[in-house]
Amino acid sequence: MSAPSSLAPRLSWGRIALFAALGLFALFFLTPLYVMLSTALKSMDEIRNGTLLSLPLSPTLDAWAKAWSGACTGTDCGGLKPFFMNSVMMVVPAVGISTLIGSLNGYVLSKWRFRGSELMFALMLFGVFMPMQVVLLPMSQILGWLGIASSIWGLVLIHVLAGIPSTTLFFRNYYVGLPDELVKAAMLDGANFWQIFRRIVLPLSTPILVVTLIWQFTNIWNDFLYGVVFSGADSKPITVGLNNLANTTSSVKEYNVDMAAALIAALPTLFVYVVAGKYFVRGLTAGAVKG
Amino acid sequence: MGALTIEQVRKTFGNVEILKGIDIDIEAGEFLILVGPSGCGKSTLLNMIAGLDVPTTGKILLGDRDITHLPSKDRDIAMVFQSYALYPNMSVAQNIAFALEMRKVPKAEREAAVQRVASMLQIGHLLDRKPGQLSGGQRQRVAMGRALARNPKLFLFDEPLSNLDAKLRVEMRAEIKRLHQKTQTTTVYVTHDQVEAMTLGDRIAVMKDGQVQQFGTPDDIYSRPATRFVAEFIGSPAMNLMTAQRAAAGLAASGVALPLAEVQRASISAGAANEVSYGIRPEDIALVSADQTGALPGRISMLEPTGPETYALVETALGVLTARVPGKVVQRVGDAVALQWSPLSAHLFDAKSEQRLA
Amino acid sequence: MSAPSALRTPWLPKLVIAPSFVLSFFFIYGLIAWNGYLSLSASRLLPNYDFVGLEQYVKLFDNDRWWVALRNLGIFGGLFIFGGMALGLLLAILLDQKVRAEGVLRTIYLYPMALSFIVTGTAWKWILNPGLGIEHLMREWGFTNFEFGWLVDPDKAIYCVAIAGIWQSAGFVMALFLAGLRSIDDSIIKAAQVDGASLPRIYWRIIIPTLRPVFFSTLMVVSHLAIKSFDLVMALTAGGPGYATDLPATFMYTMAFSRGQIGLGAASATIMLATVAAIVVPYLYSELRTKK
Repeated sequence: MSAPSSLAPRLSWGRIALFAALGLFALFFLTPLYVMLSTALKSMDEIRNGTLLSLPLSPTLDAWAKAWSGACTGTDCGGLKPFFMNSVMMVVPAVGISTLIGSLNGYVLSKWRFRGSELMFALMLFGVFMPMQVVLLPMSQILGWLGIASSIWGLVLIHVLAGIPSTTLFFRNYYVGLPDELVKAAMLDGANFWQIFRRIVLPLSTPILVVTLIWQFTNIWNDFLYGVVFSGADSKPITVGLNNLANTTSSVKEYNVDMAAALIAALPTLFVYVVAGKYFVRGLTAGAVKG
Repeated sequence: MGALTIEQVRKTFGNVEILKGIDIDIEAGEFLILVGPSGCGKSTLLNMIAGLDVPTTGKILLGDRDITHLPSKDRDIAMVFQSYALYPNMSVAQNIAFALEMRKVPKAEREAAVQRVASMLQIGHLLDRKPGQLSGGQRQRVAMGRALARNPKLFLFDEPLSNLDAKLRVEMRAEIKRLHQKTQTTTVYVTHDQVEAMTLGDRIAVMKDGQVQQFGTPDDIYSRPATRFVAEFIGSPAMNLMTAQRAAAGLAASGVALPLAEVQRASISAGAANEVSYGIRPEDIALVSADQTGALPGRISMLEPTGPETYALVETALGVLTARVPGKVVQRVGDAVALQWSPLSAHLFDAKSEQRLA
Repeated sequence: MSAPSALRTPWLPKLVIAPSFVLSFFFIYGLIAWNGYLSLSASRLLPNYDFVGLEQYVKLFDNDRWWVALRNLGIFGGLFIFGGMALGLLLAILLDQKVRAEGVLRTIYLYPMALSFIVTGTAWKWILNPGLGIEHLMREWGFTNFEFGWLVDPDKAIYCVAIAGIWQSAGFVMALFLAGLRSIDDSIIKAAQVDGASLPRIYWRIIIPTLRPVFFSTLMVVSHLAIKSFDLVMALTAGGPGYATDLPATFMYTMAFSRGQIGLGAASATIMLATVAAIVVPYLYSELRTKK
């Protein structure tokens, strides 16, 4: 449904108020981004002499360079670069593995139902919502025993485990919409479990694949809780780096560097959002609204 | 042993008995119809023949092979689904060849099969298109082509024509019959449409509530329905049925004595039935003038002209009866007429057990 | 269709899903149980599996800081949920009015969800900076007596967290409500118009009530986001000043990993779990039942 058409394009007072409201809200959402950007392009002098909203008079990329390779994040002063790399090395396997497993699980739960499979699904579903605080302590122990407590693989493992319920949910709900008769026809044609998956179900999965990849990438890249609990000295992801950078109690606070660092951390997910935003929205609504 | 034998097949799901003991036996090359209202179990039975479901007890034999528990791919059966179930991501040619590909048939042979089938069904010009680009009738043909390409021992059709409009349905029905005559493959065809059943089938199994009410040729089903349900299900407009009680030497309903032949009187007397359902098909009733002796007087309450015939609904002492009159009816609504039929055209059923008496 | 039976290898689907199921089951329920046991144990810096009954829970509810965290959860949660839902619904209704720039506006309202809460927290920390942020801006604009030291005010800081939180998630709520609005059958609206109802009336009497299911599922998602809030607080205030903006999630983290109070941390985590479960489980149960 879209709104009743009688009030659509005429320019009335109501319409003007509508545009004003929409515009104001747009400002509300965009201003922080503007502030981040402009602050990151200023020098500290300019910041002290100006206000939040003043334009950068002589924009410079110094803060960005420092954020990337020179800022202090605790005891090291190597900038965000190592953290960025850690995040990349963590995100790629975590997203790939959790998506793959989710697609197989969704395939089984939707097309190969058996006694108890719905119950299995329901039990797994709780994992989408439960507060992760409750697994932090036991997981630290387990990662310690496995010897991966301070490595990227520890983070990959926990992101995969935490992601499987969500990815399974996405794929299962999507595959339920694929006609069962396709699978039946393929079985009569002689295809086995794997052939049906590879030749018929997977080729039809592109929409949900994109949604799931974007959803997982955004969540895993943006995660902080696991990053701060489960990483060792060399495996901290970029969110942890950013937080350390912005919160170091060093002598002089360099707000421009802080903002530049925040933007660097935000760039990958923002880029994905701008490029593939509508799939992102589909992911949000699919995950949250469905049961 | 016929080409397909279904032996005492039962299916229970939880507490519900979906199939209550089905026995059907057909010869090679025969066209079997499973017909009945929704929920009668015909699709369940078809799924079991296909291997997509398993009977709780009973056996299914294809030739002399017991296929009851064989997986679908080992049964050498092809199926056309109601929704056609064409693979959306593959071209028509790939759809048709898919089963052959699964059986590791070499490429040259696959292509030959595709060509053979395409010319049989006249879909050669569609081979590179995807199913999404085809019309309903074209998709139907491709679905059949996919089944034909395999040269299976058995064809299964699951209400393949229900998604088509009326005109297309008639065309495709003829197409299916033509193909069957050409390939002579044993076929099982599920439908809820009795016209399809009568025109396509060599043998028909009329099902209701998980049981086969009658299994026979179209003529058997039409001329000698075994139960009241079969009598009402086949034939359009439906058979006129009235409940009659024993009276004097015959039957009477609503005070009117019903025309009976000797052999029918004998069946009634022999049986223990007190109440009898008396049925007469609209096409067996003649519309005559109101003063005709021996005919049942009445008044026309509605006329439905269909072109070649007219259905006349006539209010009589026995209730509203429908008569099928060739051509046009001279009388008009409200006019007095009379209805006449030969007693031998009547069908008698025990009112309680619904089984045929005569 | 008893699908697996139609295969030559009917055990295969079960085999494929088994590892995930076993792992997930252990990861979720096994670890919950383990954490639960830790909360009943005497663990401090290291796990100590001596059973002490509910001692940790007693300690928990005796702890001033925990009560601050709970109070903050109430304030923050209430504002976050109410503010986020209201703003999101408003935005959805506004965008539903056949606006030409809808696509662009939707992108603008929703982009904050693509950001990490750490990014959001860092940005708002700067914006709300007492000396150089909004306060300074307002003063430059002429409001010379404007004061906005909320961020470092122990009583007011939690409101800053709420503001940042609403900013981040209003777009998400909007997206959910917009999807719900769009799924309403046109003919119902047309019938109401023919019956002479005005636009606000239509929204109030017909559209909003029809959105009830969307409303509840959104409420559930936003609530559980509120309870789990950790990243935002850590970036914006690090729980400060002092522990004035502590939330249960930050409390748990601090106790378990900085203060060497594992048992206490586990107890707080269990309380969080119970709260989320109380909201989510009935919802999931009713959803899965209606799907059948």
